Amino acid sequence: MDARIESEPNPLKNLTTAERKSERELLVTRTFNAPARIVFDAWTKPELLLRWWAPKSFGVSFLSCELDVRVGGKYRFVFAHPASEQPMAFFGRYLEVTPHSRLVWTNEEGGDGGAVTTVTFAEKDGKTLLVMHDLYPSKEALDDAIASGSTGGTWETFEQLDVLLVDLGASVGRS
Amino acid sequence: MVQFSRTRLDASFAALSDATRRGVLEQLGRADASITDLAEKFHMTLTGMKKHVGVLEQAGLVTTEKVGRVRTCKLGQRRLEEEVAWIERYRQLWASRFDELDKVVEELKRKEKVDGRKN
Repeated sequence: MDARIESEPNPLKNLTTAERKSERELLVTRTFNAPARIVFDAWTKPELLLRWWAPKSFGVSFLSCELDVRVGGKYRFVFAHPASEQPMAFFGRYLEVTPHSRLVWTNEEGGDGGAVTTVTFAEKDGKTLLVMHDLYPSKEALDDAIASGSTGGTWETFEQLDVLLVDLGASVGRS
Repeated sequence: MVQFSRTRLDASFAALSDATRRGVLEQLGRADASITDLAEKFHMTLTGMKKHVGVLEQAGLVTTEKVGRVRTCKLGQRRLEEEVAWIERYRQLWASRFDELDKVVEELKRKEKVDGRKN
């Protein structure tokens, strides 16, 4: 039995899986039909990253996207939403940068409870398996993140959360 | 399709492999209880019951809350459901981003091919 959460089968899209790997860890995986250098570029060049990080369906738009992708370099994403007067900022530092294979950064907008994110890009037969690993400082920090209801996405503090919850309720009801 | 993570599932099965712990869950299904209550009901020492409750707590099957000097135990199902729902929303967040990332990646691939032909 596969114990991960997977998306609906769709021959055109690769599956995204997510699981709580341990008390302090979250794991997300996805395969891309492209070499690692291309996928890595899309994570490290601001002009590319801002095209996918906040899809239209999130209802938010980038005000700025600054990436200084080198060890110790900082990043800062700032978003706007029509329903909010205050912009939202997400920021941190890069701890490791290995071209085409590995990125590690901190998530500091939430204070001390923020996770350290490691993304690895593993190329095989022209495809890239991306594994994103969030390590929280403690079990309590991850429990708190879950209890807060926020997934670090930017849309959910707004009305779209309701729509999502209705969708989720419907899909849970079916299973 | 919403399922528990394998780690959590393993912990749950391990917790449920013991007759006393299954009894404790059954008991908590009827009403919340303190560790002292449970120890008495199952004719065990407080230390022994604390260990069983600890295993159930690790598996997310039971939650405990200390009020004053009494630790009250209750079924943890609700918290688990919240966690599963949260992980599913987290997955959806990244699935949406990755669907957009696919488009960027396809464009970069096409560009690389065109540039490759030029060179």
